[in-house]
Amino acid sequence: MLLRLGSNLARFVLSLCVATIAVFAMMRVLPGDPAVIAAGENASPQIVASLAHQFGTDRPLVVQYWDWFSGLWRGDFGISYVTRTDISPLVADKVQVSLILVTLAMALALAIAIPAGTIAAVRHNKPSGTLISALSQLGIAIPGFLLGIVLVSFFALRLGWLPANGWVAPVEGFSSFLSRLVLPVMALAGVQSAILVRYVRSAVLGIMHEDYLRTARAKGLSPLRALAKHGLRNAAIPVLTVTSVQFSALIIGAVVIERVFVIPGLGSMLLAAVGNRDLLTVQSVVMVLVAITLIVNLLVDMLYTILDPRIRAA
Amino acid sequence: MQARTKARRGIRGALLGAALTAALLLSSCSAGAGPQSTDPDSLTVALTGEPVNLDFTTTAGAAIPQALMSNVYQGLVAVDQTGAIKPLLATSWETNQANTSYTFTLVAGATFSNGAAFDAQDVKFSIERVKSDAWLNGLKSKMDVVKNVVVNSPTSVTVNLSRPSQAWLYSMTTLVGAMFDASGVADLANTPVGTGPYTLSSWARGDSISLTARPDYWGTAPSIKNVKLRYFADAIATTNALSTGDVDVIYNMQAPELLSTFSTNPDYQVLEGTSNGEIILSMNNKVAPFDDKRVRQAVLYAIDRQAVRDTAWNGLGTLVGAPVPPTDPYYEDLNSLYPFNPAKAKALLKDADAENVKITFTVPTRPYASAVAEIVQSQLRDVGIDAKITSAEFPAVWLDTVFNKHNYQMSVVLAVEARDVLTMFNNPDYYIGYDNSKISAEAAAADAGDTTSYIAGMKNVVRTIADDAPVDTLFIFPNISVAKAGITGLGANSVTEALNLSTIAWS
Repeated sequence: MLLRLGSNLARFVLSLCVATIAVFAMMRVLPGDPAVIAAGENASPQIVASLAHQFGTDRPLVVQYWDWFSGLWRGDFGISYVTRTDISPLVADKVQVSLILVTLAMALALAIAIPAGTIAAVRHNKPSGTLISALSQLGIAIPGFLLGIVLVSFFALRLGWLPANGWVAPVEGFSSFLSRLVLPVMALAGVQSAILVRYVRSAVLGIMHEDYLRTARAKGLSPLRALAKHGLRNAAIPVLTVTSVQFSALIIGAVVIERVFVIPGLGSMLLAAVGNRDLLTVQSVVMVLVAITLIVNLLVDMLYTILDPRIRAA
Repeated sequence: MQARTKARRGIRGALLGAALTAALLLSSCSAGAGPQSTDPDSLTVALTGEPVNLDFTTTAGAAIPQALMSNVYQGLVAVDQTGAIKPLLATSWETNQANTSYTFTLVAGATFSNGAAFDAQDVKFSIERVKSDAWLNGLKSKMDVVKNVVVNSPTSVTVNLSRPSQAWLYSMTTLVGAMFDASGVADLANTPVGTGPYTLSSWARGDSISLTARPDYWGTAPSIKNVKLRYFADAIATTNALSTGDVDVIYNMQAPELLSTFSTNPDYQVLEGTSNGEIILSMNNKVAPFDDKRVRQAVLYAIDRQAVRDTAWNGLGTLVGAPVPPTDPYYEDLNSLYPFNPAKAKALLKDADAENVKITFTVPTRPYASAVAEIVQSQLRDVGIDAKITSAEFPAVWLDTVFNKHNYQMSVVLAVEARDVLTMFNNPDYYIGYDNSKISAEAAAADAGDTTSYIAGMKNVVRTIADDAPVDTLFIFPNISVAKAGITGLGANSVTEALNLSTIAWS
C-alpha cells in the first residue's frame, strides 16, 4: 500500500516535470509575438524590441524556462508581462470558479446517471429502460452550449426565474451566487449525465448475471436490493474511471458554457491568455490543469483500492 | 411479483424525490433573480473585449482607452460628437502666425485622483513622456512633431512644433494627449491616475471594471456615481443580460442581427451612430496581381459595397467610397468613383492580362471579417478572380504575417484609428504598400497650412489615393448601442476612442 502510494507520488512529480517542458516548448512554437501585440499597429521595430526586452522574451529560452520552472516549486507563477500582475492569485481565483462549477455539475450528473443508468440496466428489455437509453443518446447528441442557450431562453428570458448569465462570488451574496449557478450547472450536468448513464448502464448490465448476484437473489433479495448491496460496488470501478476522465476534461471543456453564461473560469482565462500570447499565464494555467488531472488520477487510484480489495492486495 | 412492486415503488419514490429537490432548488433561487430595480446612481454597461491591463502607454488596443479616456484620463482638448475640437483641461489656446507654436491656458483648480494639483508642469511632463522611452505604443509617433514644451506659468504652457501641423492638435484629443501626474505613473497597468470625473474602484479580471465618481472632480460632477463596465465574449450573452436587466446599456454592439428584439420594444432605445472605423479590403500594392492599378480598380468595380454591407452587417454602416469617415473634416462622398460595374471590372482584368487570376484572401478571426469575406469572395468570382480564403488568428497571427511581414495578397480589417488616412497611405512601408510619392508633398503642405487649406489639401490627397484604388473601403463601421429607455446622454457616435460616461444619466 505504502509502496503503491510512493510510486504514485513519484510518477506524479515526474509527470509534472515532463509537462513543464512540453508546455513551455509548445508555447514557444505558437506563432505570434507578445511584444508585437502589445506594441500594436504602427509600432516601430525599436518599440517592439524594447517591449520584448521589458517582457524578458528576448532572453535565451533556457534562461526563460529556468526562471519559470524554479518559481513553480515555490507556487510562484511569476508576474505576467501582459497583464502586469501576479499570476498566482488570479489563477487561484479562476480555479475556484471552475472547481465549484465542475464539481457541482459532476455531482448532479452522477445523481442523475447512477439511478437512471441502473434502471436502464435492470429494465433493459422494458420500455422504461429503452426510453432512458434513448434519452441518453439524445443528451449526448445535444452540445452543452445549445442546452445552455435553451435553458437561458426558457428559465431566464421567458419565465424570468433566474438570471441569464454572470458570476457572483459566494462571499458577495450567497443567494445571488446560487441563482447564477443553477443554469450553467444544469447545462453541464445535462450532457455529462447522458454520457455517464451509458457507462452506468453497461457496468450494471455486466454484473447482473454474475454468480454472486444470483446467490443474493436466491437468498430472497429483490433485484434492486441485491444490486445495491452486492453489485454497485463492483459496477462503480469503470464508472469512477470515466467520471475522473470527464471531470478533468470538463475543467477546461466548460469554457463553452463559461462563454454562454459569462463565467470567469479557468477556460476563459486560458482562451484570453492564448489570444494575447500571455505565455506565462498560459503555461501556469496548463500546469494547474495538469496538476488537477494528476491529483484526480491519484485520488481515483486510491479509491480503487478502497472499492476493490483485490487491487489493494496486488 | 411483490418484489417487483416494491422495486417500482422505490423507483417512483426516487423520481419524486429528484423532482421535489429540483423544484425546491429552482424556487429558492428565483428569489434573487429577475430584472434589478433601477438605481439612479448606478449604471452597468456591456462591452466586448476586456483590457489586458490599464496602461495604454505600453499596450496597444482599443479596450483600454475605451474604458479610461474621458472618464479617468483627460487631455487639454477633446472632440465632441460631431468631431469638432473643444476645450477640456485647456480653457483656450492660441497659435502663432506660422502655426508652429500653441499656447494653452489651463483650467484652474483641477486635480488628479491622487490629490496632486494639475498645472503646466504636468503638461510638460506628459508630452515629454510620450516622446521618451517610457511610452511603448505605436501611436507615440503622433508626438514626433513636438520640439519642446515651455512652462510660462502654472496655468499657461507653450508647445513648440518642429513644423506647422494641423493634425497635431487633433492627436492631443486622443490617448497620446492624456495628462499624467509625475507621481502617478508608477503602476499605470493597475492604478491609473488622471484628472477625469471617475476613478478606478475595482477590477474583477475576466469580468468587470468598476469606476466611481470622484467627489473632488474639478468639473461638473457626473450624474451617475457608480459605473460597472462588464465584459462579454459572446454577443448573445449581452442581449440576454440586457433583457433580464443585468446590464443597462450594450455599447458598440458586434451583432446587428440581434437588434430586432429591441428596436420594436418601447422599453429600449437603439442608437445607430457612426465611428472612426473603416472596414478596409486591403490589397498588397507591392505584389502581383495587385501591384497593377488596373487589377485593384477591377476589384473596386467588382464589389457591390451596398450588397456587402446589407448582407454582412444588416444594412448598418455608412458607404463612403474612400477611407475617410463622415465625421472627419476633409470627408466627401466618393461613392460615385467606383460604382458597381462587373463588366468594367472584367475589361480591366483583361487589359491587365489578369483574367482568371488566383489569389489568397487572408481573413482575420473577427465577426465583421468572416461576415464580409464570403460575399466578397463570391463577387470576385463573378469577374474571374478566384480568392481562396485563409483564416488568420487576430490579433496575434494577423499582426505577425499580414501587418509586419506583409505576407499576404488580400485581407480585410477594421481600421479603428481616428484620422488614419495618412497613417495608411503616406508610408510605403505600411502593409498596404501604397506608393506615396504622389501625395506626400501635398499632405505635408496641407498639414502646414491653416484650417481651410488643410481641409482642401487633404480632400485632394484623399481623391488622389481613391483614384489609385490601393484598398476598397467597404463601409464605415456603425456604432450600435442599445440602452434601456430611461437613459439619456449616451453618445450615438463613436468619434473618439473613449466611451464618455460622464454625460450619461437616468431620466
